[in-house]
Amino acid sequence: MAESAKRRRGWRKRLGALARFTGALVIVGGLYSVFSPSLYAQEAEDNAVDSDVVKGQELYDTSCISCHGDNGEGVDGRGPSLIGVGTASVEFQVNTGRMPMAAQGAQAPAGDPSFTEEEAEWIGAYIEYLGGGGTVPDDLAALVENAEEAAGGDLYRVNCSSCHGYAGGGGALSSGAHAPSLSGTTDEELYQAMLTGPQNMPVFADNELTPEQKADIIAYVQYIVNDDADPGGVFSLGRFGPSTEGVAIFLVGITSLLLATLWIAGKS
Amino acid sequence: MKRRKGTNENLMTKAGGELDDRFKLAGPARVLMNKVFPDHWSFLLGEIALFSFILLLLTGTFLALFFEPSMTHVTYEGSYVPLQGVGMSKAYESTLNISFEVRGGLIMRQMHHWASLLFMAAILVHMMRVFFTGAFRAPRETNWMIGILLFWLGFFNGFTGYSLPDDGLSGTGLRIAEGMTESVPFLGPWVSAALFGGAFPGDEVIARFYILHVFVLPLALLALITVHVGLVFAQKHTQWPGPGRTEHNVVGYRMFPNYVMKQVGFMLLVFGVVTAMSGLFQINPLWMFGPYEASVVSSGSQPDFYVMFMDGLIRLFPAWEFRVPPYFTLPAVFWPGIVGMGLSVLLPLLYPLLERRFTKDRGHHNLLQRPRDTPARTGLGVMVIVFWVIGVVSGGNDVFAQAFHISLNAMTWGGRIGIVVLPIVAYYLTYRFCLGLQQHDREVLAHGLETGILMRDPEGRFYEVHQPLVEPDERGHTELEYSGATVPKKMNRIGVLEPAQRGFFKSIEEPSDEDGRRDQIETGNKR
Repeated sequence: MAESAKRRRGWRKRLGALARFTGALVIVGGLYSVFSPSLYAQEAEDNAVDSDVVKGQELYDTSCISCHGDNGEGVDGRGPSLIGVGTASVEFQVNTGRMPMAAQGAQAPAGDPSFTEEEAEWIGAYIEYLGGGGTVPDDLAALVENAEEAAGGDLYRVNCSSCHGYAGGGGALSSGAHAPSLSGTTDEELYQAMLTGPQNMPVFADNELTPEQKADIIAYVQYIVNDDADPGGVFSLGRFGPSTEGVAIFLVGITSLLLATLWIAGKS
Repeated sequence: MKRRKGTNENLMTKAGGELDDRFKLAGPARVLMNKVFPDHWSFLLGEIALFSFILLLLTGTFLALFFEPSMTHVTYEGSYVPLQGVGMSKAYESTLNISFEVRGGLIMRQMHHWASLLFMAAILVHMMRVFFTGAFRAPRETNWMIGILLFWLGFFNGFTGYSLPDDGLSGTGLRIAEGMTESVPFLGPWVSAALFGGAFPGDEVIARFYILHVFVLPLALLALITVHVGLVFAQKHTQWPGPGRTEHNVVGYRMFPNYVMKQVGFMLLVFGVVTAMSGLFQINPLWMFGPYEASVVSSGSQPDFYVMFMDGLIRLFPAWEFRVPPYFTLPAVFWPGIVGMGLSVLLPLLYPLLERRFTKDRGHHNLLQRPRDTPARTGLGVMVIVFWVIGVVSGGNDVFAQAFHISLNAMTWGGRIGIVVLPIVAYYLTYRFCLGLQQHDREVLAHGLETGILMRDPEGRFYEVHQPLVEPDERGHTELEYSGATVPKKMNRIGVLEPAQRGFFKSIEEPSDEDGRRDQIETGNKR
């Protein structure tokens, strides 16, 4: 009896000690976590599994890292550094299907995008996290709404038409590179392209073309490429200029009249 | 009201008599109405150019009513939104107004432009016909030269018209013309300054080009076209060799009533095709190019197709500059631009004389030659065509590069190598093709037509049954001489040596009546 009571008391004693020790640990740990606002604690919160940056990094590590390198610092001979290019560049390249590139070439061709727009935003968030960069202004729609087509036309002819052509049909550059056609582009894509200079395009930063001027150009491009009622015929002949007109006069004009000569000479 | 006596026929006769009494028309009218036209389709190509020219005069007159050839600076206030408030010349403003404000102005502008392209294209096709069939030989060398001059007058009239609207494309073209002019040693800068009234672009050139475009050059064109057609009447048409056709007659239909009807119908067809193209296809949307500014050169800035081979030659020529410091620099553009254009005028102009010199053929020729029978000339012609086409394609090589995803550098080098190598290859191939076709003609004449029926004789040998054209000798040969006319190559072509099948979409063979009978006239000097 005494033996067992003594044994029970010893067990309780040990259990109590454990509880006290645990409690002390909890208190000390709790106090520590409350009173030490350290760097690590902050990151722990940002690194939450649902953060855009983390999701962007995951996509980056599977689809972009082989050319743009670890942490976006670029790989010699494959891809440039992405530090400082910003979300505008990432979203343009990814949403138009230019990135990820299928193969190294003169220029990444536009195509079907590999990621959804949301995924592109995540990658953009990650690239932005690596080092800032340009973004599309939130009030772009309002800017375009108030833009002037005529002012945009002047700016377009001086700055854009030498590559993209008088009617936005695009044009050839040297060594297989090209300025793409502007038909079917959105306001955001036009703005992103001007701001970041994708592929072989020069950068038109805000100190060269203000956001208002960019909006003017967007309004003009949308007018001539996408909204124009296209007076003067059913077919615009691709708006390549006199080259296709020369093809048309032989294929349509001369061919039909040659048939007419056969008809007239044969019919008596 | 009192009814007039006499039938309509009497009335016509009377009216004709009255007219003849006053104007002496019967003699010339008889000659004109009795002129015989050969009825081969290839004789109708020049008419396409003639009818386009008429259309050009008509539409051009309409445009001239609204166009203002002035470089006075104005601010656009018209209805085209993207240009509102933009400063421009009065010439460009009035062209925009023709396109957007004048009723029917845009289709007239487009018809004028399409008709000019058709005019030049038809001249080229017609020129090819005359060249390949030897129709330029004596006594028609003068008319060939007039034709070449007509092409170059059309070329420059087209270029001045292209320059008039003073939009971005016009100015870019003018700038290239200025560069070419200035490349001439010593003279160039003076000529250019005289043309532009000082430094490029000045404020004179539109008014000067306007007078050239609407008065001087069209007048010269009209005069030469009159001589060109007049000579065809005076010298009579050439014709293909064939049964009943000699050097001294022309077989075909008379001008009246048969050919007048055909020609009027054809003219309306030409007008119809131009109008349809103008309604369907947009041409030169110059409101997009904006007013000309020297700093603005759009990509895809090309001349019209007939100028494009000059542009191509300039693009292909290497950048070889020849300098004699401190006197002058001979820029690379001089060679393709001035020397190239000079040779393009001179060589075709003198071709009949050159051929005469080399073939020592001094006879008169009214019968045409089939291209296969003159392999050297045909080869030369194809050589020139290949050269020209490579020049034209290179003139638009940036557009080709973009449309077909080819590197622009590859296009340029392909053009440089191709324009030297391919014409030679083309000459050789054409020459061999011609010899092959000749050989086949002789084979048919000697052995008969290939029937496609294969036979096997008792020894097991296969052979094809031939249909001799005449009664063969015991060895199965026929002694027919090649006469320069079409040789039948199919069974159902026997006996239709004259290309006279009736109907176009389907045959409407029927016995010919008296009205449809072919006439022939004698030209005298019958040996």
